[in-house]
Amino acid sequence: MEVVLAIVVGGLYAAGIYMLLRRSLVKLLIGLAFLSHAANLLIFTAARLNRAAPPVIAPGEQALTAPYADPLPQALILTAIVISFGVTAFALALAYRTYRSVGSDDLDEMKGTEG
Amino acid sequence: MNEWLLALPFFILLLAIPLALWMRQQGLTTAQMGWLLALFPLASLVMMGYAVLSAQGQPVAVSIPWAPAFDISFSLYLDGLSSLFALLILGIGALIVIYAGGYLGSDPNIGRFYAWLFLFMFAMLGVVLADNLLMLFIFWELTSLSSFLLIGYYHHEAGSRSAALQALLVTGGGGLAMLAGVVLLGQIGGTFEASALLVQGKALQHHPLFVPVLALILLGAFTKSAQFPFHFWLPNAMAAPTPVSAYLHSATMVKAGVYLLARLNPILGGHPIWLYAVGGVGAATMLVASVLAYSQTDLKRLLAYSTVAALGTLTLLIGLGSPLALKAAATFLLAHALYKGALFLVAGAVDHETGTRHVPRLGGLLRAMPLTATAAGLAALSMAGLPPLFGFIAKELVYESGLEAGPIWMAVALFMGLSTVFVAGMTGVAPFWAKPSEKLPHSPHEAPSTMWSGPLLLASVGLLTGLLPAGAAERIIGPAASSMAGQTIPVKLVLWHGITPAFLLSVVTVVVGTLLFAYRTSLRLTLQRLSWPWGPAYLYERSLDGLNALARFQTRLLQSGALRYYLLTIVLSVVVTVGWVLLRSGVPWVLPLSVNDVLFYEAALAVLILGATLAAILSPFRLGAIAALGVVGAGIALIYLMFGAPDLAITQFAIEALTVILFVLAFYHLPRFKNLSSPSVRRSDAVVALLTGSLMTLLVLVAVDVEISPVVSRFFAENALTKAYGRNVVNVILVDFRSLDTLGEITVLGVAGIGVYALLKFRKGRTKAESAAPSLARRSAQPAQAASAAPALTPSVPLPTDDPAEASKGGEAS
Amino acid sequence: MRVDSLILRTAVRYLFPLLLTFAVFVFLRGHNDPGGGFVAGLVAAAAYGLYSIAYGAEQARRVLGVETRLLIGIGLAIALLSGLAGLTSGLPFMSGLWIDLPLPSPLNKIGTPLLFDLGVFLTVLGVTLTIIFALEEVE
Repeated sequence: MEVVLAIVVGGLYAAGIYMLLRRSLVKLLIGLAFLSHAANLLIFTAARLNRAAPPVIAPGEQALTAPYADPLPQALILTAIVISFGVTAFALALAYRTYRSVGSDDLDEMKGTEG
Repeated sequence: MNEWLLALPFFILLLAIPLALWMRQQGLTTAQMGWLLALFPLASLVMMGYAVLSAQGQPVAVSIPWAPAFDISFSLYLDGLSSLFALLILGIGALIVIYAGGYLGSDPNIGRFYAWLFLFMFAMLGVVLADNLLMLFIFWELTSLSSFLLIGYYHHEAGSRSAALQALLVTGGGGLAMLAGVVLLGQIGGTFEASALLVQGKALQHHPLFVPVLALILLGAFTKSAQFPFHFWLPNAMAAPTPVSAYLHSATMVKAGVYLLARLNPILGGHPIWLYAVGGVGAATMLVASVLAYSQTDLKRLLAYSTVAALGTLTLLIGLGSPLALKAAATFLLAHALYKGALFLVAGAVDHETGTRHVPRLGGLLRAMPLTATAAGLAALSMAGLPPLFGFIAKELVYESGLEAGPIWMAVALFMGLSTVFVAGMTGVAPFWAKPSEKLPHSPHEAPSTMWSGPLLLASVGLLTGLLPAGAAERIIGPAASSMAGQTIPVKLVLWHGITPAFLLSVVTVVVGTLLFAYRTSLRLTLQRLSWPWGPAYLYERSLDGLNALARFQTRLLQSGALRYYLLTIVLSVVVTVGWVLLRSGVPWVLPLSVNDVLFYEAALAVLILGATLAAILSPFRLGAIAALGVVGAGIALIYLMFGAPDLAITQFAIEALTVILFVLAFYHLPRFKNLSSPSVRRSDAVVALLTGSLMTLLVLVAVDVEISPVVSRFFAENALTKAYGRNVVNVILVDFRSLDTLGEITVLGVAGIGVYALLKFRKGRTKAESAAPSLARRSAQPAQAASAAPALTPSVPLPTDDPAEASKGGEAS
Repeated sequence: MRVDSLILRTAVRYLFPLLLTFAVFVFLRGHNDPGGGFVAGLVAAAAYGLYSIAYGAEQARRVLGVETRLLIGIGLAIALLSGLAGLTSGLPFMSGLWIDLPLPSPLNKIGTPLLFDLGVFLTVLGVTLTIIFALEEVE
């Protein structure tokens, strides 16, 4: 399954990069969202997939019993998801403010724009 | 007691920096400031003098640990050599401080001038007292820096600025070479303390790294002391105010290189390379500077070239390294500082009173400026090497060393002696005794007391030590020469020691030098006709131009201002470097690529995600892209759910819903999708994107193939319940084990939220949107106004339709 | 921006308390089962976000009762204070402290990590609502 998910990760990265390279500011924002999805899934896949039980200690046990899904990458990704939400929101607001100030969403036209 | 007398002057000089600025604000006159501030170096001089005298010939040392792990301590070491330099730095420094009060009389920036001057004094004292070579380097660079500031003091003049930059680049570049040399020396010697290295003597010369060490340290010394081919920065540094030229660029800073050579002579000297590198460069410097001096007409540039020649002489003498040569070096160093300092100050006074430094225009100042003329005459006689002045004794010793070393060295010394007599005449005699050729810019009168006291004192000391050299020989020159040699050299100086070969050569020097001075005009015109544009200065200019051109080129190349190209640069760099490493490792060819374990619905999900991704890219409408993006996020949430991560799954679902809302809300105010790039650009971007995607796929596969240590995860798995009383290990990691990380993350989140609020709510600086594109602003504002004014009339979500007609309207507006 | 739809308003009237209850539930079970402050904050934010779409941001703010940016500050302060609690007992910053209560599980263990999670919850809620409301109020 890692092979399949690796391809999905590659596809998400390709989509993110392609959208980032567009001249339209709005498309760039979509690209940013793709990139965070790609990064999260990359960490998830690279840390091994496991169809086993989630990392929750069963009642009566004192510790996780093998096999269990690795909790560490999950903790990393959980915060990453929320942070990327914050980043996306910030980028959206920035794009809005830029558009209002510059009057265009063409990144090439923004070259050298000041103030 | 003595130890603290050594460290205290540093604090005194540092204290003078803010005090100078403060005094200026209190409205003291510049002359008052000069007299008061001169007390600081004087007090330091008294302390140092007391320390030297009470030590009775033994070196004084103090060491305060600073960074023990790197073997760096604030360690000071005062022996004969550093005493001589400290005397020059503080003694002449005090006179310069007084003099500057008169010279810069009406300058509003005098506070800053004094601040920099004391910064330099502090740094220079550090150079000659530092025992730790790394400390020495720091002080060394600090002198370059303060020299830069002082040369560029008249910063409104382009010439000053470029001269300051030139001096900084040349000496700073040499300083870096010296740092490398010092670090290497510390490595092979096992310590950075000069005093400890000196004990090892010449043992280090057998180390295989000795030649690189020598070359690097010499590079630092030669650039600092303006040795050929780095001599060109010093005459240009005359753009500085004259007190600075007299102090930094004649008496002290330019001698730092000589100091370094003298200090390290017991370790590095005596090697065959030392003789030819140091002696040869010194000789070349003497020759070049002597020739160049004849074609100068500016008082300060004349003195500058003769200073370069004198620095060459000192270098040559240290290169020769015999006890006689070192004795000559110490004597010449002191004599030169006395007469050259005096002549520089005289030049400043003449410039100040007449408004010109052009020697052919000057003349007849004897009557108007008798005190200055006396100082000039005495200093010029000393410089020309006439008895009974101290310069005579020094020159005799230089000639004796030349005779001892061989006829070629002697010829070089003689050549330099001629130009010295010439420059002495030009700067000390011609302005006062020659006939005035034309009217001067100002009618001259005697300089203020601040400006004649310094040169007169220096010149008088030159006369006094000439008449009674025994005291200076025993107390100052003997110990200094002994430190240079690393062994005791008894020094007895007498004014007259009979008619020797050296004396006869002196007579020849004075006669021929006077003749050269007499025919100075025709000599100058002849030499100026032979002017030579291809010197090292030319090379410096060209390389500076080249550097600037390179900077411009790479800025244009990399800093295009278009986001696209920055991204392309970053992405392609990553692809090329990571891809190269991956392919070279050969790992990708042996990866186990098995798809046997893929379940049907998993494969279907992957296809769904990729399909939605493609749809998001190709969608011509924003809402379509947002919807597709939502499908991708939901798909990923399902993957999390399938592979044992329900926490991630529900978070992803929640975030996905909120993100879609966010995008819809934001895109409502943003323009429609437009295809701005040409098809060919889109194709090449697609290639880059697919390349990057493939690389990431490969990277994931390689990462999966690597064995990872589960220690950390196992710790969390075993201790979540027993130590943190939680069964959900992911949550326990977030709020307990790694809660500090989480705290940082929610802080970032909070900052992002506040940032969004500020971007959306604060109205200032938005004038451009209203003025430059009023139609756009109005267009996006209208539906919202309509919605709030007449809610019943707008029943549906007032999202702008992706209507091509309206899109073209937006295009026109922008 | 506000959607005038009777169906949405009616739906939200019932969904809103349900979602908030769900958020509290997710928050409380978080330590022992999937859930926790992050998710709970997002769910609660979704509840208020939905409410604001149906009734307008101004009305949603009134129902919330607290300025959203203040919520961010309160959340961060609680998270920070929960970490400082350990310091008072001579333990390192962010050490967990626990009190046993005579209540049925999962309410019997009250500790600073739960307080920390509350901080996370409030911060996430505050940030999300700050963003959503600000975007809605853009004219």
